[in-house]
Amino acid sequence: MTATAVVTGVGVLAPNGIGAEEYWSATLRGESGIGRITRFDPSSYPSRLAGEVTGFAVRDHVPSRLVPQTDRTTQFALAGSDWALADCGLTADSLPADERGVVTASASGGFEFGQRELGHLWGKDPKHVSAYMSFAWFYAVNSGQVSIRHDLRGPTGVVVADQAGGLDAVAQARRRIRKGTPLMLTGGMDASLCPYGLAAQVSAGILSESEDPARAYLPFDAAADGHVPGEGGAMLTLEDAERARERGARSYGEISGYAATFDPRPGSGRPANLERAVRGALADAGLRPDDIAFVLADGAGEPESDRVEAQALTAVFGPEGVPVTVPKTMTGRLYSGAGPLDLVTALFALRDGVVPPTVHVDRPATGYDIDLVTGSPRPVGGDAALVLARGRGGFNSAMVVRRPSAA
Amino acid sequence: MTARRVVVTGLGVIAPGGIGTKAFWERIVSGVSATRTITAFDPAPFRSRMAAECDFDGARSGLSPRDTARLDRATQFALVATREALADSGIEIDETNAHRTGVSLGSAVGCTQKLEEEYVARSGGGQQWLVDHAAGTPHLYDYFVPSSMAAEVAWEAGAEGPTALISAGCTSGLDSLGHAVELIREGSADIVIAGGSDAPIAPITVACFDAIKATSPRNDTPDHASRPFDRTRSGFVLGEGAAVLVLEERESALRRGADVYAEIAGFAARANAHHMTGLRPDGLEMAAAITGALDDARIDRTSVGYVNAHGTATRQNDIHETAAIKHSLGEHAHRVPVSSIKAVIGHSLGAVGSIEAAASALVIRHGVVPPTAGLYEPDPQLDLDYVPLTARDQRTDTVLTVGSGFGGFQSAMVLTATEGRR
Repeated sequence: MTATAVVTGVGVLAPNGIGAEEYWSATLRGESGIGRITRFDPSSYPSRLAGEVTGFAVRDHVPSRLVPQTDRTTQFALAGSDWALADCGLTADSLPADERGVVTASASGGFEFGQRELGHLWGKDPKHVSAYMSFAWFYAVNSGQVSIRHDLRGPTGVVVADQAGGLDAVAQARRRIRKGTPLMLTGGMDASLCPYGLAAQVSAGILSESEDPARAYLPFDAAADGHVPGEGGAMLTLEDAERARERGARSYGEISGYAATFDPRPGSGRPANLERAVRGALADAGLRPDDIAFVLADGAGEPESDRVEAQALTAVFGPEGVPVTVPKTMTGRLYSGAGPLDLVTALFALRDGVVPPTVHVDRPATGYDIDLVTGSPRPVGGDAALVLARGRGGFNSAMVVRRPSAA
Repeated sequence: MTARRVVVTGLGVIAPGGIGTKAFWERIVSGVSATRTITAFDPAPFRSRMAAECDFDGARSGLSPRDTARLDRATQFALVATREALADSGIEIDETNAHRTGVSLGSAVGCTQKLEEEYVARSGGGQQWLVDHAAGTPHLYDYFVPSSMAAEVAWEAGAEGPTALISAGCTSGLDSLGHAVELIREGSADIVIAGGSDAPIAPITVACFDAIKATSPRNDTPDHASRPFDRTRSGFVLGEGAAVLVLEERESALRRGADVYAEIAGFAARANAHHMTGLRPDGLEMAAAITGALDDARIDRTSVGYVNAHGTATRQNDIHETAAIKHSLGEHAHRVPVSSIKAVIGHSLGAVGSIEAAASALVIRHGVVPPTAGLYEPDPQLDLDYVPLTARDQRTDTVLTVGSGFGGFQSAMVLTATEGRR
């Protein structure tokens, strides 16, 4: 018998809302968190917009001792974890420490911290490098710091798969639940909106150069021309459904299906593999395409990627066969934070029977044949939703969530 | 339905002191240390000026000029090790099995070297916070997000199944194999190209470890600086390298007549929730990982014939690990040989777990236990059989290999002899 993994707590830091309900209501209102970068002067860069998390008073949320030794991504992860655990209602002594674990995703680690310490090394000398650098910037930092803060001594893990990694981490946590760990904290946060982080993204030619926050990130639009980066993400608590029910925990829903594939080398002539990921996740969930109420698409905002994603969706669901939305147009792309945040969005949308819109997209490109939810939220019935996340290089992850069963 | 089992059918190793699996094995059995004064850059400003460097040249190892120019050294290691492992296993990845082939690569610090080089080029030598976005290579993003390393391995192998970089610090190289085993067992893949690669010998990494005095300052004796379990141990010596293992579902591997090195029978990972860099002396969480791996393998602790230790030669680690082995194996801990190969190859962070798993598979194949080089003066506090200085002929069917890393991560893996040896 394999345990079912349910989401019992969520913690969100998003550019359009700090806290899960704040994020969700802003998202339904169509409020965007995208604007000109304020963390540094972006004038010298060709892309100057981002989804920044504003109003996060770090000292209100992170113990003062930890502030100097952590990057912003870890501060987000610590706050999000606190909120997810508080939300699930478990206290520190509810479970033995070795029965609770953590798996996080990261795309670029504590990158701003890293840039600063590289500056200390090269601009000054090795003695100016922080004693915290050795563990503040590597990709495992969030799992480490969160495990220490909450005394999580069970299974651990850290996944890097660009924008797909957040779903992969949640899938890892689900495996641990299925193998008998009662509680897993999981999710992803990234916050690399520092000059070197922006330069890295500019170098890939994937960022929009528009100055207009309402016109810069337009997935599936005829005018799609790159994306806007963002920061933040979500942390979730996953629990064994049986045990969560026994303790009377509220469940947001079930992680019921997952699959991941990888695309062939560009130019190989072999087809992309997103469709196989979608079909695999549906099969894992034991669902048919008709059972899916809506899709939270990856929405790269780059014509070739958008075309591949639209094709995969029409191949599985038929032309305009399912409502598709990309609320990332309100946050920018959050890298490893994107998948977990979309899971929260999907669960809340199932709960409330309403799909948030892909704001700013008013002219979906012809030929994609997808039913993109634009303009305003759309009421929708149904029990299950599909979340897609794709990472640069060819990572495809698909996850199916279901609303809580009536029992 | 019978449980799916996972076997190792191919090995590729890049290690200090030898490129290729054969050279690596001979080197660790010889016990001759490959640690030396750093040649990759001028180490004069640093506290610890030694490393175990690989005499690696991407072009000589068959990489194209385009690849040697654009890929971080760690990615180059991973590609060359992948080629060796695939050739060694004899498996053909083609359109019939590409979808059933995954990649699970471990790395602690990803493409650090290139990130540092590019930073220097774009910041006027560390002077400008607002770095120049246009000054360097167009490949910067691939260094920024190191899942590019796993992508390159997937492209090299032709894999189109689940692919990820596993980056749990210094247990990455074990955790990546553990993830691969899980993908095969659960049926998400039949073949996984799994391993670890890191190339951290760069000023920023050396400075990081200097700042917390984790690395040995014994610069006057660079080839005898790493002294695992020795009374005079003074920290680890940084290393670099990669190992890639071809893992296959056992039945299909046997059907195709693969030459099987060993089975990966069990794995577990735990956190100590104690400190980002410190360890409790009791080693309880590493013991829990060991017990978890033995349970996963359904193997009694008295069957363990050899323990490949993490053995970094820091004061704390060797105490922590000895306690963990004693706690998990009980009385049997005193009967089983325990050795660390890090005095020879250094500590290559997220690669070393995979390199040590490769060593463990080779111990099973060759019936030889590699020694703990550098162990001249036993520490009275550390009372296990650490196989000092000289390799030992000993047939071993069950090997335990362990890892421990920053963040508090503890991992353990069990490899066993299995049928299928040609």
